[in-house]
Amino acid sequence: MVNLKKDSLIIAKKKFNSRLIVGTGKYKSMSECAKAIKLSGAEIVTVAVRRVNISDKNKPLLMDYINPKKITYLPNTAGCFNSKEALRTLRLAREIGGWKLVKLEVLGDKKNLFPDMIETLKSTEDLAKEGFKVMVYCNDDPLMAKRLENSGAEAIMPLAAPIGSGLGIQNKINIQIIRKQTKLPLIIDAGLGQASDATIAMELGCDGVLVNTAIAKAKKPFEMALAFKNAVIAGRQSYKSGRIDKILMGNPSSPSKGII
Amino acid sequence: MKKIKKIKIKINGKIKSIIQDSNLSMVLKNLKIPLNKVAIELNEEIIDKKKIDRIKLNKNDKIEIVHFIGGG
Repeated sequence: MVNLKKDSLIIAKKKFNSRLIVGTGKYKSMSECAKAIKLSGAEIVTVAVRRVNISDKNKPLLMDYINPKKITYLPNTAGCFNSKEALRTLRLAREIGGWKLVKLEVLGDKKNLFPDMIETLKSTEDLAKEGFKVMVYCNDDPLMAKRLENSGAEAIMPLAAPIGSGLGIQNKINIQIIRKQTKLPLIIDAGLGQASDATIAMELGCDGVLVNTAIAKAKKPFEMALAFKNAVIAGRQSYKSGRIDKILMGNPSSPSKGII
Repeated sequence: MKKIKKIKIKINGKIKSIIQDSNLSMVLKNLKIPLNKVAIELNEEIIDKKKIDRIKLNKNDKIEIVHFIGGG
């Protein structure tokens, strides 16, 4: 049996037992979000940096529901469309409580939400120089992934499909090529729709997946959180077990010797 | 009686009137901001939270107070 307990995900020298990273957006309430995260088994959650509502002082705070001492907060630059905005956001995130492990996401188009890779590369380099450990949302282009690696990224996070689209992995070949060329943690970020999409990502050799919408917007988010947890474990176990070769014709499972 | 002079500043995009010579610490206290859960910018420069009682506010200063919320 594969000992999955020893099969940790290591990002920026930190060990995690779960390979599922969960986003905290789009839930109906903070308590729903907190419960879904618990069920998913995720040890890392992405969070956004936004203005405090100064007119409603009693508004619940995320930190009151998800304890940053127990769950690793991964500040994200979602909604940033250039390097300047992304850097400003992450410097503020670091100031909130010393967060150095961050997720960089510089978008290039408001409709398809694809990353602007030129701005992303520039930001990765600047952030790495400032001592940030940067996990980078990127497109599924192996050449860009290589450049990110050379710019000091700590993890490569290619999209499966556009953010929130639920389309699943569209370009398996590219993901496999990126897997072959990098030793950095490879995490599928964005575009997954159902649990089996996560299994496919893991079977392609990815080190983890990041899911938000597919859980938060499922009809039953708690059940879906659990489904994703199991799907990631199944996919990882399947990948580590070494699948059979694909052949064109049938190959009987029972021996032909002794047929009556 | 001496009239209290007020100045206008912007906090998170909203105009606020504060007493002249207020320091940043007083303003944040009035807004009941939980300092351990936020980051603060004054005129686009990040402020060291330990030094807020030494920072005097001036007319038209822009303060941004941010925290973590749910996101993907």
